[in-house]
Amino acid sequence: MGLVLDFSVVLDRWQALLDGATLTLQLAIIAVVCGATIGVFGAIGRRGGNVLVERLCGAYVEAIRNTPLLVQIFLVYFGLSSLGLQFSAFTVAAVALTINVGAYTTEIMRAGFDSIHKGQIEAAEGLGLSKAQIYWHVIIWPGIERVYPALTSQFVLLMLASSVTSQISAEELTAVANYIQSETYRSFETYIVVALIYVALSFIMRFGFWLLGLALFPRRRRLGTPL
Amino acid sequence: MNAHVNPPAAPPNAPVVALRNVHKSFGSLKVLDGVSFSVGRGEVTVLIGRSGSGKSTALRCIDRFETIDGGEIEVCGRRVDDAGLDVRALRQDVGIVFQSYNLFPHLTIEENITLAPHAVKKVPKAEARALAAKVLAQVGLEEKLHAYPEQLSGGQQQRAAIARSLAMQPKVMLFDEVTSALDPELTGEVLKVIEALAADGMTMVLVTHEMSFARGIADQVVFMHKGKVHEAGPAGILSSPSTPELAQFVGTGF
Repeated sequence: MGLVLDFSVVLDRWQALLDGATLTLQLAIIAVVCGATIGVFGAIGRRGGNVLVERLCGAYVEAIRNTPLLVQIFLVYFGLSSLGLQFSAFTVAAVALTINVGAYTTEIMRAGFDSIHKGQIEAAEGLGLSKAQIYWHVIIWPGIERVYPALTSQFVLLMLASSVTSQISAEELTAVANYIQSETYRSFETYIVVALIYVALSFIMRFGFWLLGLALFPRRRRLGTPL
Repeated sequence: MNAHVNPPAAPPNAPVVALRNVHKSFGSLKVLDGVSFSVGRGEVTVLIGRSGSGKSTALRCIDRFETIDGGEIEVCGRRVDDAGLDVRALRQDVGIVFQSYNLFPHLTIEENITLAPHAVKKVPKAEARALAAKVLAQVGLEEKLHAYPEQLSGGQQQRAAIARSLAMQPKVMLFDEVTSALDPELTGEVLKVIEALAADGMTMVLVTHEMSFARGIADQVVFMHKGKVHEAGPAGILSSPSTPELAQFVGTGF
């Protein structure tokens, strides 16, 4: 019983794999951009002093962190359709992934914002800055810099987890793989190729975040020291 | 210079800072127990006393970092104890420098200094940069414009923090134990900057443990003890105290 691997029929379908990989990356980028925005506001809301907002943000984070992503995707999928709203599988996947990563990002950003020393905020207050200005200049950017590695990991994890959206037939990389293996009967080969593509996507994302970090944090770029 | 010893009424030329019978508690702990003193234009008032005597709290009340339970505080014509106070307007008139410098670590020294003039006073960027160069020269750090705080020594960071405050062109400066984290050599360079400011006529209130510095710079010394102004007067009271508590405080260093 020798193991015979034949990748040719899988690699013949490179166009489909490339399309799937592109869609996976698109899903990840949309969810990261929207989720990071939610994360900033969610973190401010959880810290903000308004009890109702704090509880709402807390409930959102706990609801997402204590349920499986697949169930969240089904809830969005069937929830929207039961309201009579018809969206493409891609849109539903993007919304579900955004909601999911938004909750985790909220928690990570909160940790970053909480790490800003009280003296920093007092100094800014002493200079007459408004609350919004203090958040923007003194809390948000240094806070994000502190947790940037954790955010990067979370966002790469999200890209990998987007494979679950194949369950609602979003045409991303894993869905393409399922389709190829059912057509070629080369299941092992298919998933080996797909796994390698995911590895490549992960490296691309990490490299992208490294470049973004250089642009966002000039002090770190120049000195190379942690904040 | 003339010193005010707990004036019950406003002096003829209105003081820049006036505390009148100020009370403040943290929970059941009474920190300020009827504190009164005032600071005239161009005067330097030094608050001294043991740790826990209430001197830092008194200073922080002036800039509304603490709200008071009773009494009155007037700063630059504003009632600081008024609940409807425009706190941001007050803080444009009052500069405060802290023991721990609190420079923004992710910004260059220039960015630290231009931030508030640009964001709060809407000073155009180019003008704010010129202002930064000017105040940095004032504290002897003109070559550190593009450095980051972590590249500076403690004394340099504190001087940069003073420059950052000066850039807002405050009418009064508050210094809260600004040399307590520094070794004697670095303390000296910071104190020199403060002395130059005093010579320029800046109105200042300082909390310090540097007795010889206090003696040299103070127009008025306020000795706080157990939340009260125990003794106040010109710098001379440090040499010839009239209460045993101040005598003991001066005698032991702190």
